[in-house]
Formats: sequence, structure tokens, C-alpha cells
Amino acid sequence: MIFDSGTWEMLKTGIWETLYMVGLSSLISYLIGIPLGILLTVTGKDGIRPIPFLQGILGVVINLLRAVPFIILLIMLLPVTKALVGTTVGSVAIIPPLVIAAAPYIARMVESSFREVDAGVIEAAKSMGAGTFQIIWKVLLPEAKPSLLVGAAISITTILGYSAMAGFVGGGGLGAIAINYGYYRYETGVMFLTAAILVIIVQLVQEVMMKLSIKTDRRIR
Amino acid sequence: MEQRKPIIRLEHLGKEFPTADGPVKALEDINLDIYSGEIFGIIGLSGAGKSTLVRCINYLEVPTEGDVIFEGVSLKSLNRKGINQMRRSMGMIFQQFNLLSQRTVLKNVCFPMELQKVPKKQAEARARELLELVGLGDREGAYPAQLSGGQKQRVAIARALATNPKVLLCDEATSALDPNTTKSILQLLKEINGKMGVTIIVITHEMGVIEAICDRVAIIDSSHIAEAGNVSDIFSGPKSAIGRQLIMGNTVHAEFGHSKLVRIIFDGRASKEPVLANLILACKAPVNIMYAATSDVNGTAMGQMIIQLPDEEGEEKRIMNYLATAGILHEEVTEHDF
Repeated sequence: MIFDSGTWEMLKTGIWETLYMVGLSSLISYLIGIPLGILLTVTGKDGIRPIPFLQGILGVVINLLRAVPFIILLIMLLPVTKALVGTTVGSVAIIPPLVIAAAPYIARMVESSFREVDAGVIEAAKSMGAGTFQIIWKVLLPEAKPSLLVGAAISITTILGYSAMAGFVGGGGLGAIAINYGYYRYETGVMFLTAAILVIIVQLVQEVMMKLSIKTDRRIR
Repeated sequence: MEQRKPIIRLEHLGKEFPTADGPVKALEDINLDIYSGEIFGIIGLSGAGKSTLVRCINYLEVPTEGDVIFEGVSLKSLNRKGINQMRRSMGMIFQQFNLLSQRTVLKNVCFPMELQKVPKKQAEARARELLELVGLGDREGAYPAQLSGGQKQRVAIARALATNPKVLLCDEATSALDPNTTKSILQLLKEINGKMGVTIIVITHEMGVIEAICDRVAIIDSSHIAEAGNVSDIFSGPKSAIGRQLIMGNTVHAEFGHSKLVRIIFDGRASKEPVLANLILACKAPVNIMYAATSDVNGTAMGQMIIQLPDEEGEEKRIMNYLATAGILHEEVTEHDF
């Protein structure tokens, strides 16, 4: 099968749009998700500053958001998207729903990374008179870093998967191309090609993040 | 007894933990005075409450009753900030070392100083000094995963001393180490106590640790203090059942009843070896000393001792065999013979 130069141009734009959507939403999701994850851990029953009431509410909200399938969330959030970015179509319009879907997911990933931090190390920091913020900043975050990087690889891959649904709201990216050509026009060649590019992107993200995690982990000799 | 003011005083200390089956008392009415500069041991079997007790001293566990007085200040009266301030005067080391795995040895020792915002240069200089003291001056760039257990505990000790604490709390600090490493760590603690005058509180379940370094000891049993006093006094005459059990081990439950009596004669030849101790160790059986008289004749111990053998046939046989093969003069006697 031979693709004309228009197809290549389209794919190039698709790759760029996908990277833009996934990159920006991952960034914003992490900016929201990390503090949420910290809050979930720290205010937990055996956290360093237990506030069970707050932790309970946060847990319920996060679970609610995570329970709604992304495609439905996308539609439900149309008015919010309109208010936030002024439009409900195009690649920009996918970012608010992506963030709202991904941030709770990331919060849970971050929480589980923090829970892996040895309780004894936290106790040692406490015994030295470390305050709550010092424990978060100097113990939890650095000690959980390798695990946070592994979590990021999984989270970014998930966001990439969600971003494919942008096509349904007139957004761009590789997912949209695959749906438009493969599903609506029966051009399976283009569909397989975009799918292959997506696979390569996922592989790259996964590999780079894992390498980074292993390389920076000082527990490994 | 002592005129000095205690550096730490525990007053009617109690700790209750809520559980599904109602509250459980981990500690009840603990009263202790710990003096500046001493090495104080707290010993008990696992589950006795000793780990909770040491955590109450620096308020990692908040007591539900009573109070901890540190240098005349009631910890109960302190707010969160005050507690953190107090903790900087109390270092702590742990069974599992609890080093930061993503930091080098040097950065681990710098950690408590970082918390206090000591300038980096000054902190690193102090850390190097301490690493030298604990014998790890050449490992500052290593990560904890590259160290042995004993080395990790040395780093932990250096870290705990970084802020010049007045008290060092040791929670089963040698329990994860092999006997030789344990010895060297205890040696180091003793050295630090002597050099820096730090008061050391040692929590352990091993009597050997108490014996090796402690001045005074408290024996804790099912949430209470069974007895406390000078180590030498407690070792020579434990008053509580748990004290006897900890010091003599479980072997002393042997029955003696109307068992065999043996007279051992010391003819001077055996004066340089601990005959009785060797016998007990070799046969792994206790004996009961009924009578002993020795006299020093020109530098050699001469005399006799009558021991009672355990009522158990196997043990009795082992001891008789041992006496025969070791070439120790002995004879069987009856109660009327002495």
C-alpha cells in the first residue's frame, strides 16, 4: 500500500497533536495528582498527620471520578470544557476532561508509591524532629522517586489511551486519525499505521521511564 | 540513693492502645529515673511493652497516662513544635537501621542537620567527623544498600549523634546483627558514652547486651516494671521470676529432688580452667552446688565441691561421663557424707 504525501503530512500533524495533548495533560494532571496523592497518604489513618474525615471525602471523590468511563466523562464535562478553554472541539478541548480523568488516577498511583516508603524511615525522621512538610519533601518524595517514575510510565500510557477518544469531539491526534480512517472510511492501512505509531510511542515512554527509574534507584547496587 | 537530678523521669507512665476487642494496656504505672551520663538498659521478652516504652520517651507514642519529664520539662506541656525541638536533643537508632535509601552515607548523616537548617558546609564537616568516629570515614559516598548491617548501624549512630543529643535511644539496635558485629556496635556505644557523655537508653531482649554495657537495668514484664537496679545487683540476685528467667535462661527448671550427689576434688591441676562452667556448657545440663570449700595454696586452688546432678537420667549420665573423660577427680557421695 502506498501513501501519498498528504497522508504523511496528516500523520506528522497527528503525532504532534498527540504529543501535545498527552504531554500537556500529563503535566497538569501531575501538578494536581501529586498534591492529592500526598494529601491521601498524609491524612490517612496511619499517616503522619491523620485527618480521617478529609481523607474519607477525598477518597470518595476520587473513586467517583475514576468510576465514570472516560468517553462518558468527556461528554458530561462539555460545559466545563467550554467554560475552561472556550471551545468544545479540537485538541485543546480534550485537555480538561483528560486532566479531570487522569488526576485522580495519578493521585492513587502516587499514594501507592508513598505507601511503599518504609515506615521505619519516616519514624526515624520523626525521631529527629522533622515536621510534616520536611517529611514530605525530604523523605517521602525522594524515597518514593523510583516508584513514582514507574507510576508515571503507566499513567502517561493510560492518558495516551484516553487521548485516542479525542476524535469523538473533533479533536486531533493519532487516535482521531485511526478512528476517522479505519472506522468511518474503512482505510485499514492508515488505521494500522497509526496504531503502530502509537505502539512505538508507548514503548518509548515505558522504556525511558523504566530506565530512568532503575538508573536513579540507589537501592540497587 | 543518688543525689543527682534525673535527665529523664517517667512518672506513672501508661499507654493504652484501642483494639477491636477493647483497649489493651501496653504499659502501666511505669516509674523510672534515668541519670545523665549513664547507660540504662530496659529488657523484656517480646510483647512486654519495651518498644512502646522507648517510643513514649521521645513521644513517638503519646502516653495515655502519666508524664515524661526531660531535663525538668514535662513533655505533656509541649506543643508539636516543642516536641520536635525536644526530639533534636534525643537521638534514636533502630533495629532496622532506617537509613534513607536514596541518600549517600554522608547525606544520611547530614539529614538531621539539614532539618535544623545547619549550613551545608558546616553540616558536611560535622558529618565527616562523626563518620570518622564510627570508623566509616572512607565510605561517605556509598549508599546504604552497599553496606553491611553493622556498617548501616554505624551510619545510623553517626546520624543520631549529628545534632549533639543529650540522650541516645537504642531500640533493639543489635538484634538484627550477628554476635561479632553486636559486640563491636556495643563497644562503639560504650565508647561514645565515655567520650561524649551521652546518656544511652538501650532496649533489648538479650541479657548479654545489658551485661556488656549497661550500668543500670529495668526489667519489664507484661506492661509493668518487674524490678530495676544496678546491673551487678540484679545479676547476682534477681528478685522477680522474669528476672531469674532472663538471667538464668529456661534450663533451671530442671528437677533435682533426690538425685545423685557428686564430690569434685580440686587438686590444683584444674585451677586455670573453669571446671564447673565447662561441665555445664559441655553437658548442657544444670547442676546444684550443695557445698563448696576452696583454699588458695601457693597460688593454686585446692578444695572440694559437692554438686547435685539433675534428676533426669540422660543428663546425669552425660555429666558422669564428662567428669570421667575430662579426668576430674570425683566420687559419688550420700547426704550423710557431709
